[in-house]
Amino acid sequence: MGWLDTLVQGILLGGLYALFATGLSLIFGVMRLVNLAHGDFSILAAFMAVAAVQALDVGPLLALVLVAPVMALVGYGLQRLVLNRLLGRGVLPAVLVTFGLSIVIQNGLLETFSADSRRLNAGSLETASLPLGGGIAVGWFPLLTFGVAVLLLVALQLLIGRTALGRAFRAASDDGETAALMGIDNGRLYALAMALSLAIVAVAGIFLGVRTTFTFASGPDRLLFAFEAVIIGGLGSLWGTLVGGVILGVAQTTGARVSPGWGVLTGHLVFLAVLLLRPSGLFAKSQRTDS
Amino acid sequence: MTVAVERATSASRVGLLIASLLVAGLIALPWAGDAGLMRMVVELIALLVLAQMWNLLAGYAGLVSIGQQAYVGLGGYALVVLADDLGVNPFLAVPLAGLVAAAFALPTAALVFRFHGGYFAVGTWAVAEVYRLLIANSGALGRGTGRTLRAVFPLARETRELATYLLAVVLGVTAIVAVYLYLRSRLGLGLMAVRDSEPASQSLGVDVFRTKLAVYLAAAFGTGTTGGLIYLNLLRNSPDAAFSINWTAYTIFIVVIGGLGTLEGPIVGTLVFFLFRELLADWGSWYMILLGTLAVVVMMRYPQGLWGLVAERWDVRVFPVQRRVRDVFGVSPPGR
Repeated sequence: MGWLDTLVQGILLGGLYALFATGLSLIFGVMRLVNLAHGDFSILAAFMAVAAVQALDVGPLLALVLVAPVMALVGYGLQRLVLNRLLGRGVLPAVLVTFGLSIVIQNGLLETFSADSRRLNAGSLETASLPLGGGIAVGWFPLLTFGVAVLLLVALQLLIGRTALGRAFRAASDDGETAALMGIDNGRLYALAMALSLAIVAVAGIFLGVRTTFTFASGPDRLLFAFEAVIIGGLGSLWGTLVGGVILGVAQTTGARVSPGWGVLTGHLVFLAVLLLRPSGLFAKSQRTDS
Repeated sequence: MTVAVERATSASRVGLLIASLLVAGLIALPWAGDAGLMRMVVELIALLVLAQMWNLLAGYAGLVSIGQQAYVGLGGYALVVLADDLGVNPFLAVPLAGLVAAAFALPTAALVFRFHGGYFAVGTWAVAEVYRLLIANSGALGRGTGRTLRAVFPLARETRELATYLLAVVLGVTAIVAVYLYLRSRLGLGLMAVRDSEPASQSLGVDVFRTKLAVYLAAAFGTGTTGGLIYLNLLRNSPDAAFSINWTAYTIFIVVIGGLGTLEGPIVGTLVFFLFRELLADWGSWYMILLGTLAVVVMMRYPQGLWGLVAERWDVRVFPVQRRVRDVFGVSPPGR
């Protein structure tokens, strides 16, 4: 046991990171936008779940059913009212506006929920585990998280590959102007993509909140992990993102096992190593890294 | 038709006079003997220089870095190591701290320059986190608790405060003059060409990569020197404070609100920032919420910032970095 256990935990953690990364990658794919408030939106969702659990006396997974659609609405509104108005003005305004939102969300959460760290309580699900033999046991909850991540990736794959909406996403991604000429309403399409992205990141935030404690300032790290998973896996590849998340998760659990302060740092260093040796990621669909 | 290219404006001549008076006032301030005021001016100048450096990156080179806190932190730690461990004079160690930061910027650039646009922003942020975590795990640098600058202990408090203050004034003036001269030079013209169109500037013989790298290193030097100054003023640093994203957040809000891509903008923005902070001192982090919201609104509705609105409305430029063509009879060319 020991090292094998660390490996299994890391792989399962990677599922959670893939959830964070998918929303970021989707937005970048469809409209070349990097949402710097991505992580903060996930923490916002986790705090909304805390409030819902308290107010309605429900479990966090039931709160998820409520919070995810709300976050989708937030995403739709954000894109329509704010980000769509910045289209065609280059990268800088969108980066700065989402960074501003990130700081506003963090400080808003600090003022509303104080600086205390919170956690979502999922009852017996948190501690229940599945013995695998050889002294290794896998928690049901990390397993559930990984399963949900894979299911969401499959669903997204089908949505993008098989539906009219997915076709419009791909068209806008390849050439937004021509897509618009063919009758696609880009503004609405981008808003739907952002809604989808924030709904997915809400799921990620709530699973994170059950797994570990979080504070108002937990968002930026989630953004960085999501970004690293995307880059390790390669831009534009959904399954690459899952592999990227798994590599990052394994790096972090392995590093933390060697020395407690080295978990997150090892993840960052593996990311830098991949960047140095394979700048386009492990499973890149294209060489394009521009935005 | 004979034309003349004009650089100076009447506003720039008046501005030069005001700036000279302001600098004279700053040099005279220590005779008023208010230590609290002096500390605040040091803080104000530090933020102003950080803003000028970030403005050079984002407003002139198109490099939107969210990781400049890396150089604030590296500068602060370089100061402690140089002054306490290597016995360098602490005041001399401040500009040397800038050189250390620039030395770290070179390998950093090798990594982050692989990204463009939004991913460049996140990439610089990730590298800043790597520096923070490496220092937080280093026993020699005090791990998570940080270190205190001991080299200044033998000095009398008044001497230390006066020297820190004068150093800040020199840094502030040097930074503004250096950026101004750079932007007016041939290199500055190349830089602005790169910002406006990379392919076009390249085809005209501008080395895009070297131009951007030079600006990135210069900004790291300025930011690192400021980091040294900040911790000479505070005397104590820790990884979380020195590498805090807030350094970059303050800087970005200052530049965006004041006016991105102008030299006057960061000055206006710094004054707005201090006004908000002092007025809302009892309101916790509300000033950050307000500044963030204001920055978002400015970016959406008035991307030229407060100074841009002023410059447009009254056509004033205190630091003219552009060249304007007019004919010898003093008549403005058509279209103006």
